[in-house]
Amino acid sequence: MSDMVPVKTFEFINHTADTGVVAYGNDIKQAFANAAMGLFSLIIDLNTVVENLHRDIKLSAEDQESLLVGWLNELIYTFDVEHIIFKKFEINRLTRDQLQARCFGERVDLSRHKLKTGVKAATYHMLKIERDNGNYRVQVIFDI
Amino acid sequence: MARWEGPFTKIDDYRWEIPKNYKPGMRAPGLIYADENMLEAIREDRAPEQVVNVAFLPGIVGHSLAMPDIHLGYGFPIGGVAATTVKDGVVSPGGVGYDINCGVRLLRTNFTEKEVKPKIKELINELFNDVPSGLGSEGKIRISDKEIAEVLTRGARWAVEHGFGLPRDLEVTEEGGCLKGADPDKVSARAKKRGIPQSGTLGSGNHFLEVQVVKELYHPKAAKVMGIDKVGQVLLLIHTGSRGLGHQVCDDYLRIMEGAVRKYGINLPDRELACAPITSPEGKDYLAAMACAANYAWANRQCITHWARESFIKVFDRSLNELGLEQIYDVAHNIAKIEEHMVNGRKVTVCVHRKGATRAFPAGYKDVPQCYQEIGQPVLIPGDMGRCSFVAVGTDRAMKESFGSTCHGAGRMQSRAAAKRSLRGVDVARELASKGILVKTGSMASLAEEASEAYKDVTHVVEVTHQAGISRKVAMAAPIGVIKG
Repeated sequence: MSDMVPVKTFEFINHTADTGVVAYGNDIKQAFANAAMGLFSLIIDLNTVVENLHRDIKLSAEDQESLLVGWLNELIYTFDVEHIIFKKFEINRLTRDQLQARCFGERVDLSRHKLKTGVKAATYHMLKIERDNGNYRVQVIFDI
Repeated sequence: MARWEGPFTKIDDYRWEIPKNYKPGMRAPGLIYADENMLEAIREDRAPEQVVNVAFLPGIVGHSLAMPDIHLGYGFPIGGVAATTVKDGVVSPGGVGYDINCGVRLLRTNFTEKEVKPKIKELINELFNDVPSGLGSEGKIRISDKEIAEVLTRGARWAVEHGFGLPRDLEVTEEGGCLKGADPDKVSARAKKRGIPQSGTLGSGNHFLEVQVVKELYHPKAAKVMGIDKVGQVLLLIHTGSRGLGHQVCDDYLRIMEGAVRKYGINLPDRELACAPITSPEGKDYLAAMACAANYAWANRQCITHWARESFIKVFDRSLNELGLEQIYDVAHNIAKIEEHMVNGRKVTVCVHRKGATRAFPAGYKDVPQCYQEIGQPVLIPGDMGRCSFVAVGTDRAMKESFGSTCHGAGRMQSRAAAKRSLRGVDVARELASKGILVKTGSMASLAEEASEAYKDVTHVVEVTHQAGISRKVAMAAPIGVIKG
């Protein structure tokens, strides 16, 4: 039963210069999605964001840890270039080295949105993907 | 996180060595500039382990160094300096950081505090309007896909040629605002795409623009050469970097370097130290791309300088000449540079990584601008926004032992999340106002993250580098108005 209990979604962790996110999931896809939610929660109060557009993301990397960093950096890139905030993530495929996802959100509207923190990048620092009793826990530190 | 329990061998009151035999694989000893009172906080932060890790880099010479503003970074600590030989050493993007050529520019004015104070609100509002800042802000300049290559190749020169600022500004900018060897083809399309809309923006985070007042002169002769004549004089400080373009270059090359580490069989204690031989294609490409990002940052600070001058002209209704708004200097504090240094009595060409460290060349040195030949290169050390900033000059001692480098700022003590938990942006603004500092920001949350309480005292940091002799204090200034991104 224990692995059916919905785990916490994510929490912020401290690092002297920057901030990190620990995200949880009943499976690895959910943990990746929750990490993305943590990222955008640093930038904005997600309650103020609606879903009126989506983007598809397809990625490959050397290993799953690099894939996690690559996934979050792809989202930071989309925010920087297209000013899109995502709040929902459907990860359709996630293997050791490949990811396919559809992300839902909207474009920043400074008349409605209050942006909090800028995020430069997801880093490899203290990067962790852990599995415990079928539950996943991933940890990423952001350079902000 | 566990406290760092490794050995510090005291060399003198301001120098602590981590012996080379502390860990097998270290190619050089570590050396941290600090006083006894700082050591406990430094141990708690675990940053000394990163000083040790950097000592593993192939080709490292001298010491793996750290300035008193040391704190935990990625791979390298912030405040870290390491020189590797070009012949058989490596270059590591982690030794530069994500914000390539994050740096500081200082301008003087003919004004005193008394003249500016009555108009400070108007001035800060005008600066806030004229200089794009904050998260999601876009620049006022429209650069075409073709023109971005020019910006990346020519840096601040491009900006001056397009009417942003004065040719003299270039003379008093590190590298003349244009680092050689830049090759825009080595910068990814993604990085360019991130950089184009953000050209000429201050950004967010710890970046700011400050109107300051000179509070103390420690070396009046050098101050005078810089155009800092008296206590009470108003200065303008700009702190920003290469924005999303630099972050993307770093991210792109960290990935390339991961492959290079395997390809060249480099043994590293930390993945974030990923590197490649300086003479390898990967190493050369990174340096060419890094130079582009550095040039982008110099163009950025050059454009902001221009708009800030326009704000002053509008608010005070005087000409630029009457304002005396001249640039004192512009330094990079996140960069890798190919330089010549004496190592064990021999002149060696090295790649000096300065990550949260400032170049501090002495008087008479060839790369110091003509006007500063007699006093040494100005070193600009911004504090946090509630406290003060320092101007210093480089020394011969820095040249001899720290590859011509000194500290870069206050250094964080508290995590951003912790600062935000304990402080609210509005309270920070109110407290600063009670000290006579007017703050304007696009984000109150970001303001709390950057509150004084989150930083080491810059006065303490600068005192250590002064006493250690790797830079000499010239002047101290405190803010009266701040634009925070």
